[in-house]
Amino acid sequence: MNVRPEPAFEAPWHAQVFALTVALNEAGHFAWAEWADTFGATLKAHGVDRELDGGEDYFNAWLAALEVLLKKRGLAEAGMIEDMRSAWEHAYLSTPHGAPVKLQKA
Amino acid sequence: MPHDHDHPHAHLPSDPALRVKALETILTDKGLVDPAALDEIIDTYQNKIGPKNGAAVVAKMWADPAFREEMLNDPMPRLQEMGLYGRQGEHMVFVENTPETHNLVVCTLCSCYPWPLLGIPPGWYKSDAYRARSVREPRKVLAEFGVTLADGQKVRVWDSTAEVRYLVVPMRPAGTEGLSEQDLAGLVTRDSMIGAGLALEPKT
Repeated sequence: MNVRPEPAFEAPWHAQVFALTVALNEAGHFAWAEWADTFGATLKAHGVDRELDGGEDYFNAWLAALEVLLKKRGLAEAGMIEDMRSAWEHAYLSTPHGAPVKLQKA
Repeated sequence: MPHDHDHPHAHLPSDPALRVKALETILTDKGLVDPAALDEIIDTYQNKIGPKNGAAVVAKMWADPAFREEMLNDPMPRLQEMGLYGRQGEHMVFVENTPETHNLVVCTLCSCYPWPLLGIPPGWYKSDAYRARSVREPRKVLAEFGVTLADGQKVRVWDSTAEVRYLVVPMRPAGTEGLSEQDLAGLVTRDSMIGAGLALEPKT
């Protein structure tokens, strides 16, 4: 019997947000227990009105929890995240198809 | 199929993907994370670490009674020696299945899981359904995984935390006396080390 292993991450951003969290924890910006508490509370809040399936919605909760922790620690403010997200969106929309997408930094 | 509609610009990633990119840019610019370290972490969990690590340990426990004893007592010294130590595996507890007791691991809080031994958890381990039901009705959950327990075999559910992670040591299947450690490891599935499965029967 040869079972093909499931991919560890279904989407590239799942892997990226996972790696960011692990790297920040390792650099000492928060303890893993603190992360688990924040993430657990976020999962609970997201799962109040529907059942989370452990896939995309799980990483949506992961991302929301990371944003909460970063804001709490003053590492990334809400406005800054919004601005940077818009900058990336603009970069994608103004880059010709097929060309590498780069952020235009002020 | 011909690609006949125009793509004036690059494909726009989903909202969460854009937010993750934003965080990555902010944290990199601030010098809080190193992009090379992020790549290394992704590569490790995507390609290098997986249930094979745990399977090798379980097979060795089956084959070597003294090693088994040590691992059940305190697995950390030997895991460190074997290089199976690190992120989310700092404090492991091995729980052994017996004819009397079947063990099942869950994380009711989020999805704590022994990464160095099993890699990244599967989707079902992270689902609300598994996290809630494995505590409430473990026998039913096990039945859905195709695991039927003997009458009188108890189920013990272990709730992982950020501090302590559990690995189930499945029972060694009958008829495996002559197998090498490597062949034994091939019988130890990921699910069997979570307790949601049994070790495979040897091929005849």
